[in-house]
Amino acid sequence: MATEALPPLAEPFADRRQQRTADELGIWLYMATEIMMFGALFLGLALYRVTWPAATAEASRHLLKWIGAANTAVLLTSSLTMALAVLAARADRQGRCVLLLLATAALGLAFLGIKAYEYHDEYTQGLMPFAGPGFPLQERGTELFFDLYYLGTGLHALHLAVGIVLVGGLALRLLVDRALLPDRAVTVAVIGIFWHLIDIVWIFLFPVLYLVAR
Amino acid sequence: MTRSETFTFVAVYLALLVLLAATTAASFVDLGVWNAVVNLGIAALKAGLVAWFFMELRRAAALVRLAAVAGLFWLVLLFGLGFADFLTRTRFPS
Repeated sequence: MATEALPPLAEPFADRRQQRTADELGIWLYMATEIMMFGALFLGLALYRVTWPAATAEASRHLLKWIGAANTAVLLTSSLTMALAVLAARADRQGRCVLLLLATAALGLAFLGIKAYEYHDEYTQGLMPFAGPGFPLQERGTELFFDLYYLGTGLHALHLAVGIVLVGGLALRLLVDRALLPDRAVTVAVIGIFWHLIDIVWIFLFPVLYLVAR
Repeated sequence: MTRSETFTFVAVYLALLVLLAATTAASFVDLGVWNAVVNLGIAALKAGLVAWFFMELRRAAALVRLAAVAGLFWLVLLFGLGFADFLTRTRFPS
């Protein structure tokens, strides 16, 4: 890296390297708690699948596999633009960084839009709990799959919405205050780590929910 | 921002898309229990690529990597103890 910029040294730190490690350690500790929270959800899904194998396959067949795959591609693309935004921030390429952050937020919004279309489709089929027409599937245990599906994808969508606000807000802040980079490049990097974790959660949700049946 | 770093990220992104295509394609073929193994294996590989390159664990200090692995470690305990019960019940009926 040509210009490895670091933020100004703050009070308790001995040197800048230590300060940067502290910033990264902070966000990774938060990510560890996120991994544990989503981990409990994935354990629930796994135990459900072991207990109700036929119901899992039958219920999963009613999800829109191609749309799920397309949405995965959207989120992977947003991770690329986010990673490139961090590089641009460190290189003090303000305009490029803002554009990449806005692209990241827009791709996040596209994901939520596609997810909303899926939810609507499931609503009209009666697959959504507490809403729409009666539940159509006869197989025992299929309703529980959709409860877990809405819990998992809903919690993920909530995180993504927070990520969109963070990334979009950061882009606006960089537009207003042009003096922030490259000193505060670490802010872009830290928000990026949060964004990539949301991507990783979806990377696992996709096969576990959509790819169970043929 | 060097050209080689941009190139690395784009290459990782293309690899992720190839893996996504592979896992989706594999889901249309009946492989028995291997469907789950392939899908979850590919997911783990994708997550590893994202964590190592995009989340910059390849450049992080040892302490930061340790914090990242800590979350994973508790996950192993959660799944290990959770499955110790559920996966052994049919083999040893009460």
